[in-house]
Amino acid sequence: MTVVTRGFKGRGTRDAQLPPGQYLTPDFPVLSAGPTPRIDPTGWEFFIATGSGERRTWSWSQLRALPTETVMVDIHCVTKWSKLGTTWDGVSLDTLLADVEPAGDFALVHSYGGYTTNLPVADLTGGRAWVAFRYAGAELDPEHGGPARLLVPHLYFWKSAKWVRGVELLRQDQPGFWESVGYHNYGDPWREQRYWGD
Amino acid sequence: MTESWLTQSGAPQSGAPPSWVDGNELAGALAEVFAVDVTTAQGVCAGCGRMAPVAETRVFDRAPGLVARCVGCSAVLLRVVRGPDRIWLDLRGMACVQIAMPGTGGASPDGPGA
Ligand SMILES: [Zn+2]
Repeated sequence: MTVVTRGFKGRGTRDAQLPPGQYLTPDFPVLSAGPTPRIDPTGWEFFIATGSGERRTWSWSQLRALPTETVMVDIHCVTKWSKLGTTWDGVSLDTLLADVEPAGDFALVHSYGGYTTNLPVADLTGGRAWVAFRYAGAELDPEHGGPARLLVPHLYFWKSAKWVRGVELLRQDQPGFWESVGYHNYGDPWREQRYWGD
Repeated sequence: MTESWLTQSGAPQSGAPPSWVDGNELAGALAEVFAVDVTTAQGVCAGCGRMAPVAETRVFDRAPGLVARCVGCSAVLLRVVRGPDRIWLDLRGMACVQIAMPGTGGASPDGPGA
C-alpha cells in the first residue's frame, strides 16, 4: 500500500498549494457532460488496447483482486475549484500496464457514455494515475464516476475520466471530448493550461 | 449512440433532480456567435436523424462547457466552450441546421426563377 502526500501540507499553507487562478472548495462539485450512466459491476469491464491489435480486459472482480493503493491527492478542476487532500482507493495504471507493450506514446481514455480524454502514456505511469473505485473510504458514487473513474490528479480534473471503460494506446495523439473543442491538450494546472495555446 | 445501460430519460434514477436543462440555456452563448437566434432553429441529429428545435435539446451545463444532446438518442449535437477571449463551437453532431428566415424569395424546388 502506498500513501501519496504530494503537495498536501495541511490547512495552514493552502495558498501555496493552489495552482494559479484556482480557489479552494470544501464541496465536491459534480460536473458531467451527459447523463450519469448506471453500470452494474457484473457487466463492467476495463480494457487496454495496445495499438498493435492486442486487447487486455479485466472484469470487476479481476480488477478488485489486483493490489490496491490508497492515495491522498489534491484535485484541480478547470472551472477553477480545487480540493485538497482527497483520499482514493484504486489500482495503479503501473499495475495495469505492467506487461503491456504500448505501440505508441499516446493514450485515449474511453468512458461508458462515450466521453473521451487524451494524455501521454508517460502521464499514466510512474505512480501518477489510478483506476479509482473508492472515494473517502466509500464506494464511488455514480455521480462521481462510479463504479470506477480514472484519477490523474496532476492534470486538470477533466482528464480524470468518470465511468472509465478503458485506455486505447495510440501512435498518434488524438484529442478527446473537451480537448477537441478549446480545452488544452495537456492541461497542467500549475502552468494554467486551460485553453488551446495557453 | 444509444447504449442499453442509459436510462431513456437520461435522468438519475435516485430521485435527484436531472443534471440537464433545456436548450434555451444555449441562447446566451450562441447569441455571441450568430446573428440569428439559433435556439429557434431545427437541428438534425447526425446519430439518429431526429429533427427537433435546438431549444428542445438537453443541455448539460454543469461541465467545462455546454453540451447539447439529442432527446431521442442522447448523442452529442453541439458543444460550446467559452474562454475569456475566445469561443469554440463543435457542431459535428448536427447533420443539418434549418434556420427560419424572413420571406425574401430564394430558390423554389423547381429551380431558380421557375
Ligand atoms: Zn439522435
